[in-house]
Amino acid sequence: MSVKSFRQAINEALRDEMHRDPTVVLLGEDIAGGMGARGVQDAWGGVLGATKGLLNEFGRGRVFDTPISESAFIGAAGGAAVTGLRPVAQLMFVDFFGVCGDQIFNQIAKFRYMFGGSAKTPVVIRTLCGAGVRAASQHSQMLYPVFTHFPGLKVAIPSSPYEAKGPLTQAIRDDDPVIFFEHKAMFDDTAEVPDEPYAIPFAEARIVCEGRDVTLVALGRMVGFAKTAADRLAKDGIQCTVIDPRTTSPLDTETILASVRSTGRLVVIDEAHPRCSMAADIASLAAEEAFESLKAPIRKVTPPHCPVPFSPELEDAYIPGPNDIEQAVRAIVKERADA
Amino acid sequence: MRLEREDLLRAYRRMRTIREFEERVHREFASGGIPGFVHLYAGEETAAVAVCENLLPGDQITSTHRGHGHSIAKDCDVTAMMKEIFGRADGLCHGKGGSMHIADLSKGMLGANGIVGGGPPLACGAALSARVLDNGGVAVAFFGDGAFNQGTTLESLNFARVYDLPVLFVLEDNGYAESTSSDWSIGGNDPVRRAEGFGIKGEKVDGHDFFAVYRAAQEALEAIRNGAGPRFIHIEFTRYYGHFEGDAMTYRPPGEVEEERSFLDCLTFFRARTTQGGQLDTGELDAIDVEVRALIEDAVAKARVAPPPALETLTTDVYASY
Repeated sequence: MSVKSFRQAINEALRDEMHRDPTVVLLGEDIAGGMGARGVQDAWGGVLGATKGLLNEFGRGRVFDTPISESAFIGAAGGAAVTGLRPVAQLMFVDFFGVCGDQIFNQIAKFRYMFGGSAKTPVVIRTLCGAGVRAASQHSQMLYPVFTHFPGLKVAIPSSPYEAKGPLTQAIRDDDPVIFFEHKAMFDDTAEVPDEPYAIPFAEARIVCEGRDVTLVALGRMVGFAKTAADRLAKDGIQCTVIDPRTTSPLDTETILASVRSTGRLVVIDEAHPRCSMAADIASLAAEEAFESLKAPIRKVTPPHCPVPFSPELEDAYIPGPNDIEQAVRAIVKERADA
Repeated sequence: MRLEREDLLRAYRRMRTIREFEERVHREFASGGIPGFVHLYAGEETAAVAVCENLLPGDQITSTHRGHGHSIAKDCDVTAMMKEIFGRADGLCHGKGGSMHIADLSKGMLGANGIVGGGPPLACGAALSARVLDNGGVAVAFFGDGAFNQGTTLESLNFARVYDLPVLFVLEDNGYAESTSSDWSIGGNDPVRRAEGFGIKGEKVDGHDFFAVYRAAQEALEAIRNGAGPRFIHIEFTRYYGHFEGDAMTYRPPGEVEEERSFLDCLTFFRARTTQGGQLDTGELDAIDVEVRALIEDAVAKARVAPPPALETLTTDVYASY
C-alpha cells in the first residue's frame, strides 16, 4: 500500500496485466508519443501521461501508437480481441466516440450475440471524460449513458485512485468489452492504493458511508462530492448513505434498492446530461421496485441539459457540486418534516 | 499571379496579425490569463493567408483545433476572438466556445474544430450549398496531417470528387499530429498521390514561401470556380509551439524550432522577397508591425476586463430545450 495518483493507479494496472499476460497490448494516439519523430520516444505516455514508461518496458511490439484514425484502431482492437489478443485501446477523449461509433456500437458490442455466443471479445476501451478543465463542448462530455444503452457493453466509472486500479485490472481480465471512463479532473487525485495487483468484480457497488435518512447514488467524480455533502449534512443530524455503483453496466441494483428501501429517500447525482441518463435510469429503478418504501420524491442532481460551455463561470455553474447535493437532500428531508 | 502593392501589404498585415496574436496568446496563457486548451498557429501563417486572400467574402472555410490563423485570415474580429479565448460574454461565441470553437458564420468561417477530421465533411456541405444555391461560392477545408488519416477526410475527398464539388482541400502538414511524426503516420508518405488516388489533382508547396502557396491556391481556386471540381494542396512547414500550450515537445529534436525560425520563417522570407524586389520598403512593413502590436495589445487589454457571460446564458441556444 502506498499513496498513488489516479494516473499512477491506471499505469500500474496496465503494467501489471501486461506482465501477467503477453496477449495484453495497448493501442492509441500518442500513448507513447514521438512515433516516427527524431526526439524522445515515449514523449507523452498518453495525453495525460497514464501510459508513460510502458513503451520502454514493453516495446513497440506491445505498445502501438496509432495515426489519428479512431475508426481504424478502435475497430482493430475489437478485431484483435476476437482473434486472440487482449487489447487495451485508448480513445483519447470519449467525445471522439462520434468518429468511431460504428466499430463500438454495431461491431464490438454485438459480436457475442450476433454470432450465437461464439465470440469472446476481451477488449478494453479506456477513455477520458468529464468537465472541469475548460475543455469546452467537444472535450468534456460524460457519455457513459450512451454506452450503457447498448446491451452487452460493460461500463466502468472509477471514483478514486483505488477504484481505478482494481476495476481496470478486472476490465483487462474480463472476457467482454469494457468501456473504462477516466475523469480528466481526477488524474492528480491521490489515495492509498495497494502495490500488488487486485481486481474488483463488476456489478458490486461500494457503500462509501452509511446513514439512515437518505440514499445518495453517485458516479465517478460525483462520489467525492456526494461524500462531502454527506459529511456536511451529518453535522446537522441528516445521515446519508453514499453508494458508488462503480459500473453502470452491469449495475448492482440490489445494493441500491436495499438502501432505498431502508432510507426511503433517494438522490441520484450524475455528471452526464440529464435526459436518458443514469440518473433517470436509477430513479426509474427505485420508482418501479421500491415505490412503497419512498417517503419523498426522488431527486436528481445533474447539470442542466446543455452542452458543456467553455467559459469558467459557465462551466462552474454547469457542474453539479456538493452544494447542489446538499440542497437536494435538505429539500426532501424537509418535505418529510412538513408532512 | 499579380499581387499589387496593396495586396502585399494586406497579406503581410494578416500574417503579422496572426503571428502577433499567437505570440501574445502564448504569453497570456503562460501567465494564467487564458483557461483551457490552446493550440497555436505560429509558423503556419502562409497557408491561411495565401489561401484566404484568394477567397471572396461569400466563400466558406472549415478550420481545425489550431484555428486562430484561419479566423484572422477570414477576417474575424481579433478583439472578439481574444475575448472568446478569455471566455468573455462578448467574445465571438459569447464565451461558450473558446479557442477550439471560434466561429463567425457571417464571415464564412464555419468554426475551429475540436474533432480531428471534423471539418472536411462540413466543407463539402458548404460546397453543396454553393452548388444548389448557384451563388458561385467555393469552400475550403483546412486540415492537418493528423486529419489526413481520418476516415471523414478520405470520405470527403471521394464525396467531393463524385459530385465535382467546388471545394479546396488544404493539408497543413506541420510535421506532427500531436506528438506523432507525419512522415510516419501518413502511410505511403505521399499526400499528393493519395489525393490523386481519389482523382483529385494536387500539388505540394513549400509553406515557408507565401508566394508559392499563393500561386498554388490561386490556380486551384480558379480551376474550382471554373467547374473543375475539388483540388488539393499539400503545404509543408512547421509549428513553432507545441501541439497545445504546455506541451514540452520532447519528441522534437533539440533546436528544430529555433533552426526553422532562424532560416525559414515565412514573415522574414516575405519581407526579404518584397523589399529586395523593391515592391515594398522596410519602413512601411515596420509600421505595420507597430500597428499590429497595438491592435493585439488593445485586444488583450479589452479581453482582460470584459465581463464573463451571465449565468442565465448557460442554457440558451441549445436548439430544443426541455
